[in-house]
Amino acid sequence: MSTSRFARKVVRVLPSLPVFLASLSVLGSASLWASIAQAEDTHEVEISIKDHKFEPASLKLPTGKPIKILVKNLDASPEEFESHDLGFEKVIAGNSSATIRLKPLKPGTYMFFGEYHEDTALGHIVAE
Amino acid sequence: MLAALVIVFREVLEAGLIIGVVLAASRGVHGRNGAVALGVLAGILGSVVVAIFAASISDAFDGRGQEIFIAAILLFAVLMLAWHVVWMAQHAREMTQQLRQLGSDVTAGRQSLFALGAAVAIAVMREGSEVVLFMMGIVMQGSNTMGELLAGSGIGLLLGAAVSMVLYFGLAAIPLKRMFSVTGVLVTLLAAGLAASAVKQLSNAGLIDVFDTPLWNSSFILSEDSWPGRILHVLIGYMDRPTGMQLIAYVVTAATIFILSYVRRAPERRTALSA
Repeated sequence: MSTSRFARKVVRVLPSLPVFLASLSVLGSASLWASIAQAEDTHEVEISIKDHKFEPASLKLPTGKPIKILVKNLDASPEEFESHDLGFEKVIAGNSSATIRLKPLKPGTYMFFGEYHEDTALGHIVAE
Repeated sequence: MLAALVIVFREVLEAGLIIGVVLAASRGVHGRNGAVALGVLAGILGSVVVAIFAASISDAFDGRGQEIFIAAILLFAVLMLAWHVVWMAQHAREMTQQLRQLGSDVTAGRQSLFALGAAVAIAVMREGSEVVLFMMGIVMQGSNTMGELLAGSGIGLLLGAAVSMVLYFGLAAIPLKRMFSVTGVLVTLLAAGLAASAVKQLSNAGLIDVFDTPLWNSSFILSEDSWPGRILHVLIGYMDRPTGMQLIAYVVTAATIFILSYVRRAPERRTALSA
């Protein structure tokens, strides 16, 4: 197993997936511009986490608009901000904040929670 | 204590299942155990580093850092697993034969060891960084239940490792003749699932906005949040609310690996022996 054979194998096997990945990233960067362009109609809200509870724990959000949630973790300990209904999970370190971007919502109620403190860190979004 | 146990168990199991499948898929590769051990070690070190820099990673790219970072390591893992499956397909026949004859590791080369170790390292790093953060949180809160919480985490870790080992030995018990085709398919679907997860991360970061609405919602049949749903999510990439783009990523990745393994598989020779 000489290194040149090894190298040739890498060269032969690896190119096929990157084609897909590259096309993904081209799509991605194209849509990044699109998302920057529509940033003006984004609805922005803030949620803070204190003592492993959300404030506010209940939010009303508009439908049909992209939404940006700034989550401020005021606790010293990290939290994982998660929602199955909305399909995201994001770790937020202690005393720091994170941004969650949501696609335009359909009317409905969406639960979210803090995975590290599921007994207290619970909340929901009502989209209407 | 139970909450800590469950959280750590969940994360360890997610990484452990991947390691179990990959280990079973590379039975007979000389030096496999060393590569996996190195991968786990690198993954744990990586977890600590990622946990320490969690805030700065998250803030990068206008708050998209965490999603982009996870997507990048997932896509790297997909490449490594793809490479590994294709390599195994090329060598499965000679390895099956040598395993039968010698009952020991074959010396047929170690090209896929790097891919193996890297895939393991990424699996450990991704889930491990959450465990490290969680445990850092416990220590930081410094409450009087700290010992109990840490004990719970420790038990969760051991349980997760134990269940992963059960999976590994289950797979290792498959007769050699079918072993490599079964594990090859498993790793392929696992990789396809990781590609779909990467797409979800990019979509959450707002970097993909085509075909990004869920096609169906099968959470009422099998929720991704239930234990069977979680395990199937890790093993074959089950999604209860897949978007069009996730499905495309899944199918394209799986098809690419299948086709590559088929095209590059070892030529048929003397199959009569195995009858």
